[in-house]
Amino acid sequence: MSRPPRPTTAPPRSWRAKARPAALAAVLAGALLPGTPRAEDEVVIDIIGGMEAATPIAVVPFQTAGGASPETRIAPIIAADLARSGRFEVLPEADLIATPGRIEDVQFSTWRALGVDYLVVGGLRPGEEQDYRARFELLDAFRGERTDGRSYRVGEGSLRRLAHTLSDRIYKAITGDEGAFSSRIAYIAVSQQKADGGGSGDPPEQRYRLVVADADGHRGRTVLRASAPLLSPAWSPSRDRLAYVSFEGGGSQVFVQELATGERRRVASFKGINSAPAWSPDGERLAVTLSRDGAANIYLIDLDSGETRAITNHWAIDTEAAWAPDGETIYFTSDRGGKPQIYRTGVDGGEVERVTYEGAYNAHPTLSPSGERLAMVHRREGAYHIAVQDLERDAFRVLSDGPADESPSFAPNGDWVLYSAGGDGNAYLETASLIGDAVTPLEATQRPGAQVREPAW
Amino acid sequence: MSTPANDPTRLPCRPRAGLRLAAAAALLALLAGCASWLEEGARDGTGPEAEAAESAGLAVRGLDPDEPLDAAILDDPDTPLKTRRIHFAFDSSQIPEDALPVLKAHGEFLGEHPELRMTVEGHTDERGSRAYNLALGERRAEAVKELLRAHGAGTEQVETVSYGEEQPLVPESNEQAWAENRRAELVYDSE
Repeated sequence: MSRPPRPTTAPPRSWRAKARPAALAAVLAGALLPGTPRAEDEVVIDIIGGMEAATPIAVVPFQTAGGASPETRIAPIIAADLARSGRFEVLPEADLIATPGRIEDVQFSTWRALGVDYLVVGGLRPGEEQDYRARFELLDAFRGERTDGRSYRVGEGSLRRLAHTLSDRIYKAITGDEGAFSSRIAYIAVSQQKADGGGSGDPPEQRYRLVVADADGHRGRTVLRASAPLLSPAWSPSRDRLAYVSFEGGGSQVFVQELATGERRRVASFKGINSAPAWSPDGERLAVTLSRDGAANIYLIDLDSGETRAITNHWAIDTEAAWAPDGETIYFTSDRGGKPQIYRTGVDGGEVERVTYEGAYNAHPTLSPSGERLAMVHRREGAYHIAVQDLERDAFRVLSDGPADESPSFAPNGDWVLYSAGGDGNAYLETASLIGDAVTPLEATQRPGAQVREPAW
Repeated sequence: MSTPANDPTRLPCRPRAGLRLAAAAALLALLAGCASWLEEGARDGTGPEAEAAESAGLAVRGLDPDEPLDAAILDDPDTPLKTRRIHFAFDSSQIPEDALPVLKAHGEFLGEHPELRMTVEGHTDERGSRAYNLALGERRAEAVKELLRAHGAGTEQVETVSYGEEQPLVPESNEQAWAENRRAELVYDSE
């Protein structure tokens, strides 16, 4: 299936990528020439489009000394992390003019000529035991000085974790905001297993796995295998439990699983559907969708007592509850107006208010950590995209390319959104940044024959 | 073109393939039993009338109240009962007009056979949100159940289950596959 262009005013990615270095150079030249006429500045900014916030940075491969030969390369992991955020323009490794390992070896003027604002350098040498001494520096190319620097002792198995830790430090040092690179995600992986005998026309058997992985999709660890569908994983606020839906009993049921012990508890198995679990911010209740009383409505389950209480009561479909961070408002999908749209209501009752009006299909709401933005699945011209609505300014923006994007969740810092992409039988995870329009697949989840979907952050 | 996937008369056999196959085997066994109707009818002692019926091309038999249901009628190609799959429009749980006679027949059949049980499975295509599709599949199954009840099926006879988009009939991403996958399956329990 061909992927239709993203319906935004932004130019196509390839065009932008080619135009950007020249545009950046023009901006830099303009900044250095005080007499540049104002009109030209405006033209330059227009060419850059949504990219004005991207900080150019070079991540130099870490120097290895003393026979250190780690299998994990730190610099490419940091480069990918920073690029994913949309707030950095990472110089391609092939364009690096030198590979200094410390500030003393850096010719700042040549990096400035390349338009680089910041430089990440570092080194790795064997430690006393079976580990490494790792050192990194974040350098400001304009000032010609060190912004941050630190040494670590780290085992081979922790080099990826170290890389993400450094990404978080760099992100914080330059943007002032927290990174989200060291956090973990959960997702459902589906693989095909050939049916016995074959030739019956039946599709092959599916195998389902619930996986916990690094934020970039690497180091995936299966915490549950099943032969019946799994969906809708959701992290507890304390990040030690996952709620999810399993079809192991024939129909849908909601389970909560303790990650450390693997202990599972069935928390909803009523007649009809039991789906779409969402943790309250205090971790004591789950909002779920039940149809035990007829139509699909939102209910709260108290996890201690097991008591349930209806939040919505409507003959239409109400599902996919999402909590506002204050724990007092629940957003949900409903087709009470004829088509699926996002609504909200108070946890302790109150009016039901429609929130989305853009297009005829908006579903799967999720709130940014600050509660200021709402991400959702948005249908436009037959394709499904991830879109974000600013709840305070009522602005609406399509973030992802489509055509079959689903299941959005915000990064813990709210700066980008994770979702599943694909179509035509394949599915993988992807992120789209709110700043800088960076749409980036999680390459570790792009495996032939596998479907990776239903991500949760 | 008639592939197993889009043949509307094909017995649904996923998920719980084992159970379904057992049910299908039971139906086939009963079908095979048809051949012995006349013989049994004659043996059951309607005497000369049975013989007369035979010569008139009829099959007559006595009814044993303890006998299991004669489900062979479900596979009679001349009744709407043979159709056990209903298709839906996109994002809709409205029963299409051409399915109304089918559900009328199944509802009446269930009403006449209160010992029968049926599970109605609701399914959707793959597009859009999974949890929403789960609810949509449920609503399709419930819409079918409602109509079955209106035509005589008892409340306790019909169960519903939604698989949402998890069990596509045609695991492809195109308009034709989506149309095939938006469906409700009428599955008679084996006992």
